[in-house]
Amino acid sequence: MAIMPIFAQNAVIPYMEFSNLRKNLKKDFSNFPVIKVAILGDTPTQLLHQALRGYGYETGFSFDIYDSEYDQIERQIMDTSSELYAFQPEYVIIFEANQKQASQFYSNDANAKPVFADVKLEHFTDLVNVLNTYLSCKIIIMNIPEINDGVYGNYANKTDLSFLYQLRKLNFGLMDLARHIKNLFIADVAALVVEYGWQSAFSTSTYTNTGIVFDIDFWPLIAKNISDIILSIHGKFKKAVILDLDNTLWGGIIGDDGIENIQIGELGIGRAYTEFQTWLKQLKERGIILAVCSKNFEHIAMEPFEKHPDMVLRPHDIAVFVANWENKVDNIKHIQSVLNIGFDSIVYLDDNPFERNMVREAIAEISIPELPEDPSEYLSFLRSLNLFETAAITIEDNERTRQYQEQAKRATLQKAYASEAGFLESLDMFCEINSFDRFNTPRVAQLSQRSNQFNLRTIRYTEQDIERISKDKDYATFTFSLEDKFGNYGLTGVIILQKKNDTAFIDSWFMSCRVLKRGMEGFMLNAIATYARSAGLTYITGEYIPTSKNELVKNHYQELGFRWEDGLWMLDVEKYKAKKVFINNQDYGNK
Amino acid sequence: MEINEVISEMTKIWQNILDDDAIELKSETTAKDVEGWDSLTNIQLIVAAEKKYKIRFSASEIMNFANVGEMAETIIRKSANA
Repeated sequence: MAIMPIFAQNAVIPYMEFSNLRKNLKKDFSNFPVIKVAILGDTPTQLLHQALRGYGYETGFSFDIYDSEYDQIERQIMDTSSELYAFQPEYVIIFEANQKQASQFYSNDANAKPVFADVKLEHFTDLVNVLNTYLSCKIIIMNIPEINDGVYGNYANKTDLSFLYQLRKLNFGLMDLARHIKNLFIADVAALVVEYGWQSAFSTSTYTNTGIVFDIDFWPLIAKNISDIILSIHGKFKKAVILDLDNTLWGGIIGDDGIENIQIGELGIGRAYTEFQTWLKQLKERGIILAVCSKNFEHIAMEPFEKHPDMVLRPHDIAVFVANWENKVDNIKHIQSVLNIGFDSIVYLDDNPFERNMVREAIAEISIPELPEDPSEYLSFLRSLNLFETAAITIEDNERTRQYQEQAKRATLQKAYASEAGFLESLDMFCEINSFDRFNTPRVAQLSQRSNQFNLRTIRYTEQDIERISKDKDYATFTFSLEDKFGNYGLTGVIILQKKNDTAFIDSWFMSCRVLKRGMEGFMLNAIATYARSAGLTYITGEYIPTSKNELVKNHYQELGFRWEDGLWMLDVEKYKAKKVFINNQDYGNK
Repeated sequence: MEINEVISEMTKIWQNILDDDAIELKSETTAKDVEGWDSLTNIQLIVAAEKKYKIRFSASEIMNFANVGEMAETIIRKSANA
């Protein structure tokens, strides 16, 4: 696999050998944001430490790592005066090795062996609870390779006295624990061992001589996995895949070979493409947007989606379909502008190296995997890149394709109306306002992580933060859910007010760009002004903190009639005249 | 393979991994004599030598290497057997 030379933090991050990662350690990290990570292991973890920091250079983060002496997991966590708490990490990685588990397990008698996993789970639950009581951090537990120790052979699957049985139960229990504890994540080392094999994961001589339990070149795989988790929590994740068609989504050239001769389903190596499409469809169902960019006539390119009996992807699976003879760079820029997401959250898949390079040179931030020449390898190759790591999923994710398709319809209608007001009025917009509650907390946190362009201060909040704010009397919170006659956008706007004396400071104001240009800004301001008046507040103040992505809202407060005073944008609540908007609201849920 | 030839090839590996062109291995060189050659970088050096010569050292061989010369001799012996 080629290492992509430019804008490494946004391109595909390849697997790297340990020695190359270690060379990164001497490089300049000073321009990268710092993330504090503590590693607690029951065996030596220096190689993980170095590999993780080395990956940070590839992804544009400076991991500031506290690596405790090994075998100190309990002491560091249970003793709140330990170095761990003094360090105040944002992430705590807990690593308990297979070999240590085995020796603990073997020391149990036949009565204790069947409950080994339960006892270990209790232990992990205790660690997580203590960390969550005394630290505000994310916790990453590395799960444990499921090795059959050979004591029972395959019979290990038939008895809870076997180590294998207890390991699998433990790993399953960790998944359940992570389902219920929002800030707990699992680094799936067991799955890596399945993928690469225990022979590559483990070096007997290294282990015997040093107690380090993984092979030197297996640690980078673990480090990349952990780095993927951390990056996704920090908002660096993929939202869309743009697909080429001929020889990417099916075998052959639709324009030359015709619909009956392209390879999909039973024909030729069609199975490879069918399974690849099935996988893409699963991504779509979990909220990844699929778009098509093809050099073709549109009616020809669309034909298989509509008519071929073996196609898995159908027209309704594709949010934006672009087929023409213009160059791919322009088409991809067009798709990006319709989707309104950053290039760094887009993956482009194309079998043609020339097209890949052309797009890569023009749009450095976009991720373009070097697909294998053999299409039957596409799927396993893409799976191994772990491009679609995510820190959270919400119910709204799988609705997104439909929303973008509605967007395309609105764009058509907009052309037909001469005046903006007439157009907005025709949309029959309706907006529901709520304060934060346990139903909308996941979506609010997600929007906080994802909104880059319409985000005045770009403070990222997690679900825990949102819960805390919702309970704090010094804050007033507002969510805005918009729908119009074409469909429902869902929760797309958030304002957090921080009350102090006679003033409400706008701590956060962010909005999905899907609802731009329909008067939402005015509607939202009307809502908080109404609230401020009823709460007896005199001023609303706001601040714009520039980032590389939020220039869109540079003049936001000025345009809404705020005045610049003492370094803040300020609005007199009494003098404020409600903006004219074409959005109706029903429920004013904020207290 | 000549022992001096192997030691000079090892020197290149050591220079590359420890990122220090000034390293000059001799038969009697030990980890103490080379800056940066510690228990962690030792793992890298061993693995790099194993890859280069397509051999595997046993755990006890690794533990008992007294100096660079002994390692080079083991490499020659194992390469000949391979």
